[in-house]
Amino acid sequence: MLARDQSELKRTPLHALHLARGGKMVPFAGYEMPVQYPAGVLKEHLHTRSHAGLFDVSHMGQIALRPKSGKVADAALALERLVPQDIVGIAPGRQRYAQFTNQDGGILDDLMAANFGDHLFLVVNAACKAEDEAHLRKHLSDACDIDSLEGRALIALQGPKAESALAKICADAASMKFMDAGPRRVGDFDCFVSRSGYTGEDGFEISVPAAQAEALVTRLLDNPDVLPIGLGARDSLRLEAGLCLYGHDIDTTTTPVEAALEWSVQKSRRKDGARAGGFPGADKILGQFEHGAPRRRVGLKAQGRAPVREGAPLFADSTSGEAIGKVTSGGFGPSLNAPVAMGYLPTSLSRIGTTVFAEVRGQRLPLAVAATPFVPNTYKR
Amino acid sequence: MTTLYTSDHEWLRIEGDVATIGITDYAQTQLGDVVFVELPKVGRTLKKAEAAAVVESVKAASDVYAPISGEVLEVNDALAAEPALVNSDAAGKAWFFKMKIADKNELGGLMDEAAYKAHTA
Repeated sequence: MLARDQSELKRTPLHALHLARGGKMVPFAGYEMPVQYPAGVLKEHLHTRSHAGLFDVSHMGQIALRPKSGKVADAALALERLVPQDIVGIAPGRQRYAQFTNQDGGILDDLMAANFGDHLFLVVNAACKAEDEAHLRKHLSDACDIDSLEGRALIALQGPKAESALAKICADAASMKFMDAGPRRVGDFDCFVSRSGYTGEDGFEISVPAAQAEALVTRLLDNPDVLPIGLGARDSLRLEAGLCLYGHDIDTTTTPVEAALEWSVQKSRRKDGARAGGFPGADKILGQFEHGAPRRRVGLKAQGRAPVREGAPLFADSTSGEAIGKVTSGGFGPSLNAPVAMGYLPTSLSRIGTTVFAEVRGQRLPLAVAATPFVPNTYKR
Repeated sequence: MTTLYTSDHEWLRIEGDVATIGITDYAQTQLGDVVFVELPKVGRTLKKAEAAAVVESVKAASDVYAPISGEVLEVNDALAAEPALVNSDAAGKAWFFKMKIADKNELGGLMDEAAYKAHTA
């Protein structure tokens, strides 16, 4: 997915601002993105947890699903063909976490779906957005116009000071609750604002027309509580929050049940629900709801100081030959001041407190299966 | 006492037949905040270019290679308790390990300070 050299990489509307603030640019999902700023990953991470961090996530895909009938419920029903979530039940002004599934029950991408009253607004992963859009066109064109919102930037403002920072320029910010979403006036600009994010912190995601993105971000960064944060800290923050990264913790081979995302599948889509099944891989996924899955995504805490990283094989004990699973995300958690990881284990070994071993540089390091999030989330419910 | 450098951004302080080895300030800047350092066992005999130590930032793990061949005489246990020393004093308190120099001829391929500065410019 990575372009071969920087000249093939796309840029977000905030590219010049990243450079001006000393962002260290790296290729990511076909874009040139800041991995960190001069403060560094550790300070950026801690600042987001103590104050507020501003992230450019404009590489992500923003898609409007406009119902041909004019009724948003028809767009919602259509989208339910592709996801195991209750989309019809998303109230106007609210959003929900969802996954596109495939025929084997695997995950094609994870996304946010919001009800904007007369249409649905989706945010999908950068690396999957072209495939997602094609998938939507193929399966939903009878019911919806699929409108890829290329001309918009997306920023995330996350942390305990996010509300006060945004409230200075958005009258509605403080009254929004976790997963509220919709068009809002921010400063002089017509934005889409949701109270959500991917760090475990309270905060907002703001979609803004590309031409106004730099002015909006500059205004938010004028607040000393707000620092720009790169992809490095975005990754360590979401890992501490126990949130899945597509292509790592979830992919086409992992089902929502195996990925411990059962909470995201509402009763109406499960067996005996009002609209049970009817999404790709429903037999497999609903079967796993009833009978269990062979493996499960778990949190893992190292007992030592050595970070255990993605790809490390997992073993049941310190000597056995056969790997029983692997680490899918791992690193150092700056807020915990300790290594943290996530990975897949046989369900029989997925109970919290179970000890397993990761092989790192030829040594077997003990890890304990741990509850996630590793750092309690602070969503404003 | 001479200080020499490798193209992999390690420094060696040579005192008699003992070399003290660490990573350069340039290297620590590139790595970012160091959160873990793994050092070789005392008594291990290292071959030149063999992976000898590991230094990990929040983002990634990087190998530190033996710049010359020889036996490990001593390691800096302070780095286990305080890996951030690598960021604050890479060229001093954050030395990694000391080696007995097996073959002084291997020092010939290393850079002096001026050459290293040119290498990182």
